[in-house]
Amino acid sequence: MAITLKLNGTTHEVEADPGTPLLWVIRDELKLTGTKFGCGVASCGACTVHLDGEPVRSCQTYIEDVEGSEITTIEQMEEDPIGKAVQQAWAELDVVQCGYCQSGQIMSAVGLLRENAKPSAAEIDEYMYGNACRCATYQRIRAGIQRAAEIMEA
Amino acid sequence: MTPKTSRRSFLKGAAAAAGAALFIGARPDGALAASSSDAMLNPFVKIDSEGNVTAIIKHFEKGQGPATGLSTLIAEELGLRMDQIHYAFAPSNPQVYNNLLFGPFQGTGGSTAMANSFMQYRQAGAAARELLIKSAAEAWGVDPAGLSIEEGMVVGAGRSAPIGDFVAAAAQMEPPAEPRLKSPEEWRIIGNESTRRLDSVIKGNGKAKFAMDVHLDNQMVVVIARPEQRGAMATGFDDSAAKEVKGFINAAVLPNKAGVAVYAENTWAAIQAREALSVTWDTSAAETRSSDEIRAEIMAALDAEPEYNVLKKDHAETLAAIEGAAQVIEKTFYFPLLAHAPMEPLNCTIEQTAEGDIVLHDGAQMPTGPHMAFQQIFGLPAEKIHINTMLAGGSFGRRATPDADYQVEAALAFVMTDRSRPVKLVWTREDDLRSGYYRPAFGHKVRVGLSAEGEILGWDHRIAGQSIMKGTAFEAFAVHDGVDGSSVEGVSDTPYRVPGMFVGLTDTKKATSTLWWRSVGHTHTAYAMEVMMDLAAKAAGRDPVEFRLVHLAGGGADQARKAAVLKLAAEKAGWGKAQAGRHMGVAVHKSFGSYAAEVVEISGTAEDGFRIEKVTAAVDCGIPVNPDIIRAQMEGGIGYGIGHAMRDQITLAGGAVEQYNFPDYEPLRIGDIGAIEVHIVKSTEAPTGIGEPGTPPSAPALANAIAAASALTVADLPMVEHGVSFA
Repeated sequence: MAITLKLNGTTHEVEADPGTPLLWVIRDELKLTGTKFGCGVASCGACTVHLDGEPVRSCQTYIEDVEGSEITTIEQMEEDPIGKAVQQAWAELDVVQCGYCQSGQIMSAVGLLRENAKPSAAEIDEYMYGNACRCATYQRIRAGIQRAAEIMEA
Repeated sequence: MTPKTSRRSFLKGAAAAAGAALFIGARPDGALAASSSDAMLNPFVKIDSEGNVTAIIKHFEKGQGPATGLSTLIAEELGLRMDQIHYAFAPSNPQVYNNLLFGPFQGTGGSTAMANSFMQYRQAGAAARELLIKSAAEAWGVDPAGLSIEEGMVVGAGRSAPIGDFVAAAAQMEPPAEPRLKSPEEWRIIGNESTRRLDSVIKGNGKAKFAMDVHLDNQMVVVIARPEQRGAMATGFDDSAAKEVKGFINAAVLPNKAGVAVYAENTWAAIQAREALSVTWDTSAAETRSSDEIRAEIMAALDAEPEYNVLKKDHAETLAAIEGAAQVIEKTFYFPLLAHAPMEPLNCTIEQTAEGDIVLHDGAQMPTGPHMAFQQIFGLPAEKIHINTMLAGGSFGRRATPDADYQVEAALAFVMTDRSRPVKLVWTREDDLRSGYYRPAFGHKVRVGLSAEGEILGWDHRIAGQSIMKGTAFEAFAVHDGVDGSSVEGVSDTPYRVPGMFVGLTDTKKATSTLWWRSVGHTHTAYAMEVMMDLAAKAAGRDPVEFRLVHLAGGGADQARKAAVLKLAAEKAGWGKAQAGRHMGVAVHKSFGSYAAEVVEISGTAEDGFRIEKVTAAVDCGIPVNPDIIRAQMEGGIGYGIGHAMRDQITLAGGAVEQYNFPDYEPLRIGDIGAIEVHIVKSTEAPTGIGEPGTPPSAPALANAIAAASALTVADLPMVEHGVSFA
């Protein structure tokens, strides 16, 4: 079926069967590869994107359910004031190691800061629970979110 | 250990290569590109006439930092700021880009990237600097002794000009035989805390390209239908339902019968078509055992006479010493199979060029492996095979199989096509956990005899498990007198002075594919050693830190360095001063030439669950080249060790892996460890490993903290399966 997607401010016409995860449309059809495949069962968060501003796991979000919604990926975060602050904090603290999960971490971190401008360590741990990092960069993710909150406040 | 390179031959080779000007490379989208270099001074650094400097990185980047680390060495010698240098991954060439500790073999592993590159890359940078200065001196008619390079400019004699101005002339010169390396007093970047990773920004904005992100024109995606039972062979399949999947192309049994390749237009179609495929398997030669049977075999081996007397000591003497001891402590340990589960599932892409060359796009940890395998599979000479090394989303050892398993799988899938379309092999997480290579299961049985005064009189240490190295290309390198060093490392070579030590090893039968897993044998040996040291200290009525220091006293540099990190970690953690409701455990271990001590502080109880509040670590890995990367590797190594010890294992039932995806191979999560603090010893020794040494002490330090809090000594992993819960 033909589906109209609004992604990063642009409208795309894509051809995909119902039941196709948004993840694969973003990666294989639109060739935006910042959004990652990690588990396919919404258990690692590497595929996190925003749907109308809310973080969702794109591997378990089906294409027929997103028509009419605004989809935002990591590639758009430089245009988002919170996204930009998180990216700046990530670079200052060298949060990344292998980096494969970090698009998803940043998309979740932006979602958190959007609803809570100054999260505590415990609130970060709770919100970010579903974003796995096999390099275990968690310390710096926590510090990065708090640093981003500072940047936003300044 | 600093590998010696012959500077003269190295630099001559570099100068000769300067004339060779064709490079096969890849555009950012992964497609092939050819270019000529007009200013290649040597193969480890490239400077163009615009003054752009590129460090050519011979190691792959899986997050452990060599892209930044090796660039740091070049930038230091060339007088650049870190924002003036770029990096590129080297092509596959075991002659030029070999790991100096591996022989003529290009590869990353054993935490050797910095250790084997420290001299080599500094020499390359220094040679470039000297030639550029000489070239400037000739152009200006001044004495080179008065010139230097500062932030990309040749300066001195009252003049300054960009280095790019002197590249053409410098490329015609003979490099110095002995370029002068900057002394530690001159270093501004090596050891600098403020250096940031060169790959940080691109990994935060989605622009970093991993092998999984390759999209070649007209590519097919292939996934492999695999058997439930390990070792079963595909005999046929029915793809009538798969044909209903839009984008499905076709399916074919792999030439080695290990599975069925499912070809499709895109990844989702390939995954869907595989689900719809019905495969018949010949299980006559497949594994049928369960984990319990494998465990029983290991446990029986621990009680039998060991196959190998590792230290070639008189066992009777150790047994007699223990027999006569005032106290005997005995513990049997079991360590389950573990999967690596790097964040980026395994994948790679193969294409054939118009000239008939084969190109592999891969997060290649050991390029020489697939390079050699592909020569056989494709019947091509080495120079017709090219490897485009891309960023890797983690590995922990998984991308370094001696048999190049997934690259060979992709090649077999490719040779079954007409080669007109590139083939991208994708593994799912289920493939990764169920059809992977594992840290083998191991058992240890340790008996320690103590005198009435608490001195160690005898230490009888039996180890049993499946060898990693035997039957691989690394056997000659790692197996001596039948003993696979990776099965006993960390016990047989312990820096502790342990009187009356006997180490026995028994290899058990092959149950799965086995593979090095972040810190290899140290993953289990450090646990057994350090938990035993705590038990011995307790039996002797001594403090665990003090007891360890006694067994590190009066020795050489090895003991002194191990003792120093132990003291540093204990001091920084406030050892012995835990607040009410908190308990600490300690462990210290040497691996990959580096020394790491860790204190784990927990709260809670066995009944209500423990919480890891803080880990305080100290590490001595020689000269700290990039201190913040060292800190990050310790943080990550600790998390990796602790996460698996807490709750992960791979189990078999009837020869089939029981776990399928992260929900039942649960990764460490952000809330599992409250804080990690890392202290780095300001060493002047040659750099040693940092990717792995943080892992070994982490799990035993946690076990020792739990023992301090609850009198429960966990000797079976994972902890959650053996009486421990975490809040």
